[in-house]
Amino acid sequence: MEYETVIGLEVHAQLATHTKIFCGCRADFGAPTNTQTCPVCLGMPGALPVLNRRVVDFALRVVLATGGRVAPVSRFARKNYFYPDLPKGYQISQYELPLAEGGFLEFPFEDKIRRIRITRIHLEEDAGKLTHGETPGDRDFSFVDFNRTGVPLIEIVSEPDFRSPGEAAEYLRRLRQLVRYLGVCDGNMERGSLRCDANVSVRPAGSDGMGTKTEIKNLNSFRNVQRALEHEAGRQIEVLEHGGRIVQETRLWDPAQSVTLPMRSKEEAHDYRYFPEPDLMPLEVDERWLERVRDSLPELPLPRRSRLMEQYALSEYDAEQLTASRELADYFEEVARLCPDAKKAANWILSEMLREVKAGNEEDFTGGPVAPDHLAAMLSMIEEGTISGKIAKTVFEEMYRTGRPPEDIVRERGLTQVSDREAIEAAARRVLEAHPKQAEKYRAGKEKLFGFFVGQVMKETGGRANPGMVNEVLRELLNS
Amino acid sequence: MANTLEPYRLTVHDAHDLLRGGELTSVELTESMLSRIRDLDDRLHSYIRLTEDLAIEQARAADGRLRSGRDVRPLTGIPVAVKDVFCVEGTVTTAGSKILSGFRAPYESTVTARLREAGAVFMGKANMDEFAMGSSTENSRFGPTANPWDPSRTPGGSSGGSSAAVAADLCLASVGTDTGGSIRLPAAFCGIVGLKPTYGRVSRYGIIAYASSLDQAGPMTKDVADAALLLQAVAGRDPADSTSADVPVPEYAAALTGDVSGMRLGVPREYFGEGLDPEVAEAVRESLALLEDMGAEVVEVSLPHTDYALAAYYLLAPAEASSNLARYDGMRYGLREQDTGELAEVYKATRSEGFGPEVKRRIMLGTFALSAGYYEAYYRKAQQVRTLIREDFSRAFERCDLVLGPTAPTAAFELGEKIHDPLRMYLSDVHTIPVNLAGLPGVSIPCGFSSGGLPIGLQMIGGPFREEDLLRAAHAFESNTDHHLRRPGD
Repeated sequence: MEYETVIGLEVHAQLATHTKIFCGCRADFGAPTNTQTCPVCLGMPGALPVLNRRVVDFALRVVLATGGRVAPVSRFARKNYFYPDLPKGYQISQYELPLAEGGFLEFPFEDKIRRIRITRIHLEEDAGKLTHGETPGDRDFSFVDFNRTGVPLIEIVSEPDFRSPGEAAEYLRRLRQLVRYLGVCDGNMERGSLRCDANVSVRPAGSDGMGTKTEIKNLNSFRNVQRALEHEAGRQIEVLEHGGRIVQETRLWDPAQSVTLPMRSKEEAHDYRYFPEPDLMPLEVDERWLERVRDSLPELPLPRRSRLMEQYALSEYDAEQLTASRELADYFEEVARLCPDAKKAANWILSEMLREVKAGNEEDFTGGPVAPDHLAAMLSMIEEGTISGKIAKTVFEEMYRTGRPPEDIVRERGLTQVSDREAIEAAARRVLEAHPKQAEKYRAGKEKLFGFFVGQVMKETGGRANPGMVNEVLRELLNS
Repeated sequence: MANTLEPYRLTVHDAHDLLRGGELTSVELTESMLSRIRDLDDRLHSYIRLTEDLAIEQARAADGRLRSGRDVRPLTGIPVAVKDVFCVEGTVTTAGSKILSGFRAPYESTVTARLREAGAVFMGKANMDEFAMGSSTENSRFGPTANPWDPSRTPGGSSGGSSAAVAADLCLASVGTDTGGSIRLPAAFCGIVGLKPTYGRVSRYGIIAYASSLDQAGPMTKDVADAALLLQAVAGRDPADSTSADVPVPEYAAALTGDVSGMRLGVPREYFGEGLDPEVAEAVRESLALLEDMGAEVVEVSLPHTDYALAAYYLLAPAEASSNLARYDGMRYGLREQDTGELAEVYKATRSEGFGPEVKRRIMLGTFALSAGYYEAYYRKAQQVRTLIREDFSRAFERCDLVLGPTAPTAAFELGEKIHDPLRMYLSDVHTIPVNLAGLPGVSIPCGFSSGGLPIGLQMIGGPFREEDLLRAAHAFESNTDHHLRRPGD
């Protein structure tokens, strides 16, 4: 039988506010353990939470960017469970009345624009970080770092709109791109700034019903999301094919073995006993607040991609690459503003520039050492014939290494293109004299050798000869 | 009348006059109090722990302020008892529980911070029912407190240590907390003034939580003027407590006019029903008659959902408590048992040993009320009842300025009398609980004595943030009576 996979994702994004969601502690990643704590985030007796409104600003950016409906009044709720990384014995989250409902994320996938519906986006606090028996000799101990307790999170719950693991992984990439564009989350999955759980089920292709779902946890990289979902869908199909039935359960992805394994039932048998958080007032978001956040939104990736294609006559591929991150797109547009040939600017950025940044990591581009006006100046020097395209690569390498303007590099190293006809002619004569046999063969009709002579002349001039002029001179000398 | 020979007998405002006039120093006052505590408190057990060093240090600092005349406030140099539910930085704070054994608060509650700033002297941590759960102070893991009027009886609870200390002159005033009557009931049983402010009037920051939507701190004093002084010192918006109200704090002393003429006093028929001791009913009726003679108008009102208040309270308060007390897990502070066991074993052993039976009962009740499948029938239903009770009061306040009735159905009962009968114990709070559910201010003042010589409390309930109305009527009543002047052993 043919099966169809149905997937929904729950994504947690840490918001990059300076301070925590319910206290004034710093929320920096990587600080020495337990140095960013206070009575509130340590769950001391009598301590009370106070909402950091900046957190709401950040969350609202995501809601507005995905077209969600913001609740005029939302409520915090307590999610009760015992664990050593949870100092109060409950997590402050939102339950019955989340910050926002509805909305969607659109992105191109397999030549179509896919629209994934978002169920809800709500605010909550992160728990601490547990490490077990890390120190030699301390095998029986667990350590808790409370720096992370109270770091703000949003949970973005999607509808079960994905029909393949690849689509789900692409959504996650696009969500990451979006939160980074919005400046609300660094999107780092390895550090846990972005985390993903998935609900997976399979059903006969073409059916409208829903199969029994399992929840998959521990999907801590894009690669793992895709692999885990592929594995889980395959596992479910195999169970069904063998006449079995799917058990509704939570499973953990084990990347080492490439399998999902059921969590012990004890770990998932939670009744969280949600109830409204009595220590916080309902959260009211009025139209003025929304307006302020709306005004702060940047241009989003997809519209920007379309605009770049239109405004600069770029290919979809180039526009896609250039809009991978807001920084890269900003960089491009700044160069394009200063340099008349936007297409050339795009080519340079996408080839030379990103090669230096790190192959394939265009979204990690943060500007680099080459100022946009320097790159624009260099492109103009090519355009004006001051330097050749080949020399430009050398110049660029040095610009990237030193951050210096191209004019200085070209001047100091004498890299200005040779467009002096006499000098080129002299070099060409020297070459022809040095290679009489080849000249004879060329004249006898072996025209392929023309390139050889061009190369030799370039060599003779230290690569600085104007290539057009070299061609012209050589043709005259050889054909005369 | 009290004087400098027995300075512990003074009210706060009288002591202030003497301190200010240089007839008495705070150190003298504090030392006389400490010596009296040493003489009497073995028997009463109103304090769990004294903070003598802190008290002397604060008294010296207060004397410095008094000498220089700079920053002298009504509480400067005044010895107070602090219920053990308030975090006082650097001092052991246990909420009467074994589970917080040895817990030294790393920070200061807003209430005690404001008292410190005002120059008050902290004598020690007053005894209380564990986590403020109880009506008799018998649930303290440090042993019960005795009623100064009759040591075989309870001082009431949960702020029983605070009320006994005030009544026995072991402090000039005290601060307690009230979730279902825990200030007013012990005030009534000990013959003192106990005021529970409007929910949100006083910051809860640093008060070990029992039921967050109901807890409120307030003064316990020898007379109404002192209650006004203490309330003035601690009331007002606190950015650290999101539920503290941004409502201006009036000058409470200005309400002490001695005049009740024109005030409309509502008497709810539901507060005079079955279970009310006839002597209490009589004392309250006489008080109403007196107030009427003084120019107040007495009107009958109805609070029809009163009967459901207790049941709603015993779902909502335990529900919140079950969550608030989850942090006592042996991981970070306080007691830890079975240190080497599995995680679940550590939790179980620590909480089994650390909590007393009443706390466990309420954690179980609350956990049940919030459980999947029961939430709608219990927690949500109780919230709906709460709304009805709030509406009862709103309607009543259309017809009157204050609602008056008994604070408790009886005078102080015997120690041991109800401790094994939780439901009977819970009924002690039947008149105070609706006030917490509605978030309103209430005060208990002495209004008479039983034939056995035990104090009886009159409860006055005000509209939201109308503490002035309470103080005005209570002060006028007090000015025309002498119940508050009687002392145990007189």
